[in-house]
Amino acid sequence: MGAFAGYSMPLFYPLGVMKEHLHTRESAGLFDISHMLHVELQGPEAAQLIERLCPYSASSQELGSSRYTFFLTEDAGIVDDLIITRLGQNRFLVVANAGCAEKDVIHMQSVANGFDAGVTVLPRGFVALQGPSAEAVLEDCGLLVSDLPFMSGMEPKTGWFVSRSGYTGEDGFEIAMPESDCDAFARKLLGDERVELIGLGARDSLRLEAGLSLYGQDLDDTISPHEAGLIWAVPKPLRIGGAYIGSNVLAQKIDTGRSRMRVGLSPEGKMPVRAGAELQNEAGEVIGTVTSGGFGPTLERGVALGLVTVSAADEPTFADVRGKKIPMQRMKLPFVPHNYKR
Amino acid sequence: MSTTYYTEEHEWLRVEGDVATVGITNHAQEQLGDLVFVDLPAPGNSVEQGDDVVVVESVKAASDVYAPASGEILEVNESLGGDASLVNSGAEGDGWLYKMKLSKPAELDQLMDKAAYDASIA
Repeated sequence: MGAFAGYSMPLFYPLGVMKEHLHTRESAGLFDISHMLHVELQGPEAAQLIERLCPYSASSQELGSSRYTFFLTEDAGIVDDLIITRLGQNRFLVVANAGCAEKDVIHMQSVANGFDAGVTVLPRGFVALQGPSAEAVLEDCGLLVSDLPFMSGMEPKTGWFVSRSGYTGEDGFEIAMPESDCDAFARKLLGDERVELIGLGARDSLRLEAGLSLYGQDLDDTISPHEAGLIWAVPKPLRIGGAYIGSNVLAQKIDTGRSRMRVGLSPEGKMPVRAGAELQNEAGEVIGTVTSGGFGPTLERGVALGLVTVSAADEPTFADVRGKKIPMQRMKLPFVPHNYKR
Repeated sequence: MSTTYYTEEHEWLRVEGDVATVGITNHAQEQLGDLVFVDLPAPGNSVEQGDDVVVVESVKAASDVYAPASGEILEVNESLGGDASLVNSGAEGDGWLYKMKLSKPAELDQLMDKAAYDASIA
């Protein structure tokens, strides 16, 4: 068991991290993600509220489509990263990180004061089914998801929400339901021999191989989307300004250029390089830090995300692990190609 | 004739004369999960009881392994360089970590025998 966002959660189940990871890439893995925050924003000005909270155009968001975005500070640091799905003309679902739940709700409520829109926290069970067999498993369980495009969501019945999305780089779904339905639904999925339970350890190694950031490690309120390599999530017209909090500073930062950037790295040899390890150039000068790192079971080598000084990013890079200088190879992100069903 | 001792930190030592073979217990490897790398000490190093001498790395985390007794590192298990999962499959056998020459054999008196260790994790 491990502590995560105030919850005690299994790091791995009897299969073990390695097999859980590989099983998810080959078949289907079931993740309990009930700790995540679900909030419905509803009302005549719900879209305008989101356009104040996040750097994207919620008014033109298509019904049923999901959008990866963030809340920003006035200084364009990331308060949290999240996914917002448009459920109706005046109704949006926000799914955000458990570790940020408290501050996110306070933030949304305080900004919502200026709008004709409500903020409702939804207590829900929430699971992810990820991997190439996920679609077939859900169809066999009676959830008709084959026509659902990647990054979109629907409500199959009252109190339920299904989106085609995830945190592994594989095709997959995230399914929210009333808490009272969750145990039976999870057991039904586990009854399918293609499905295995996956713990936090493999959740981390899967998302790391997929090059996906983890809030609190790779992202925080001192890092801008530009530095984090996430500027793709901000539509071009909003990179020069907009109604959202942090727009002026983000536009300035984009104009002057970033000093730090996100890179993918892999250590030479077998020793994993973990979060917090210092990154250095050949002369031993500090050029950044590893923000996430570990072993990638699919790649069969170490993988790491680093935040480094832009001017040094293309030089030979070394990680300091217990006083040893480990040569780091620059890798393209994602480490393992995404297998999304577009 | 050898005697095996256990520590509260989940190490075992198999002692023959003044030489001990050291590893982590099967219980420890179960808790750590799949190991991907073992960072071993250099032969010739002198260590004191309680020093962190080995780091075992699972997919998820790095964990220190402490010296269960004082002495000099004689030899490390070179097979682990190619396959750290030997510690998972044979923690108290082929997955041994290193051999050491004991400098303070009296330290062994503080350690547990198998029955006491098994009771401590039950």
